Amino acid sequence: MARIVILGAGIAGHTAARHLHKMIGKQHEIVVVSPNPKWNWIPSNIWVGVGQMKEEQVTFDLAEIYRKTSIQFHQAKALSIHPQGSAESEKPYVTVEHTLAAMAGAQEKITYEYLINATGPKLNFGATEGLGPDHGHTVSVCTASHAVEANHKLHEVIADMRKGQKRTIVIGTGHGMCTCQGAAFEYIYNVDHVLREAGVRDLARLVWISNEYELGDFGMGGVHIERGGYITNGKTFAESLMVERGIEWITRAHVKKVEAGKIHYETLDGSFHELEFDFSMLIPPFAGVGLKAYDKAGEDITAQLFAPNGFMKVDADYTARPYAEWSARDWPRTYQNPAYKNLFAIGIAFAPPHMISKPMQSPNGTAINPTAPRTGMPSASMAIAVAHSIRDMINGAEKPTHHASMAEMGAACVASTGANFFSGSAASMTVYPVVPDFEKYPDYGRDLNLTFGEVGLAGHWMKYALHHLFIYQARLKAGWSLLPD
Amino acid sequence: MSHKPLNREPYQQAYYPPSPTRFTRYMRTSLIWQAFRFLVINVKMLRLMAKSHH
Repeated sequence: MARIVILGAGIAGHTAARHLHKMIGKQHEIVVVSPNPKWNWIPSNIWVGVGQMKEEQVTFDLAEIYRKTSIQFHQAKALSIHPQGSAESEKPYVTVEHTLAAMAGAQEKITYEYLINATGPKLNFGATEGLGPDHGHTVSVCTASHAVEANHKLHEVIADMRKGQKRTIVIGTGHGMCTCQGAAFEYIYNVDHVLREAGVRDLARLVWISNEYELGDFGMGGVHIERGGYITNGKTFAESLMVERGIEWITRAHVKKVEAGKIHYETLDGSFHELEFDFSMLIPPFAGVGLKAYDKAGEDITAQLFAPNGFMKVDADYTARPYAEWSARDWPRTYQNPAYKNLFAIGIAFAPPHMISKPMQSPNGTAINPTAPRTGMPSASMAIAVAHSIRDMINGAEKPTHHASMAEMGAACVASTGANFFSGSAASMTVYPVVPDFEKYPDYGRDLNLTFGEVGLAGHWMKYALHHLFIYQARLKAGWSLLPD
Repeated sequence: MSHKPLNREPYQQAYYPPSPTRFTRYMRTSLIWQAFRFLVINVKMLRLMAKSHH
């Protein structure tokens, strides 16, 4: 019997766990380690952040779900990986620290035959002074509890506006190296929607600020789609949406510091600016969660397993090259660590070979460019591929049998621009592949038959349906495996 | 006294992007058209998923 340990129970980790359980759960041991007691459907946090949904509607208790299966769940934080075992035993193991109140602080070693690192990101609010809900002056929608607080503060501002006071609301990215612009993009439109419903939109100055070179970049270098007889860049549509809703935008911006009511930022031209605000939701940059690695003798081998940003090295080509030489082939296919064949990293936890958007620097040397997105559908695709590969390797395959390169997979994104069954809307987008492949698609790097976008009520229905579908599936309810991931 | 603008300031951020026409805005919330688009979007996403899993 083999033991497969999965670190993290987000979209990537939980998807790997349920597929492994379905395929080999009766013969082998599956262990999930997550410091969070709840699973969170993160794409719906933006609705919690404007009061359209409750926290309980986007989360559920992981232990309760795993109790119905043979999956063992440890509510604990992973501290270190020991891929060579220790002086006493050659069996590789991870060290975890329990976070469940009854066992808080207790450490435990869990041995494994296969390890999947799906720890997701550390929300690195500390990278920008004054950023974030805990020690700063901005709110976040990155977790369900953050979104609850964002909604509370947003409604305080709406109450002020109902008294006739004008307010400035700033939404976007809180650092020059952020990814996940999509969440902020959705949030600003949902804030616009609730302000209109509250009848106070005319009292709000709504400002978008981001590290994108142009609107609609989303860390993927932007997209081109066919529309109205032209092949048009997504920038045109993103700007059109902003203008239609009276939203101003600032791009090419690195937020340097946030004080109470004031954002200090630098733009790509090297100039420095200030922007006053009454309410601000800024996405933080992501970093690895800080896992350490040690060899058999106890020597630190973290730099061998992880990139400097804390994400785990996998089968990508990490050779440093100029942008013009970046290729779709640089991206990992199997997510297997090159040094330890029983070690995999998926979702945000794997180290990308480089960005997708072109790297940019201000004359002051400040990097201002979105980093590569790898959440949602790509995370699930990686998880399924790795789960199948591990199953086959347990059954005798010498190497991973399935692949899920971001240069060979698409992503679907439904970005809510207002939640209402009749008056709501959303931008429905698909892009294929996520990482442009200019060898296959020389003009735009993408298959224009599979890359599209449109705005409408159908998108809202789609997003609402996906919310229920994915939560149903994640809860392992009857027939979950028949639903698309 | 009403103050109707005599001219519009050009060369601003909001001056350049395309704006949806009244017809486009109507179609975005037309129940019949959007029900059809809902089916189309589903088909497009399923095609994408089919091509993405290896």
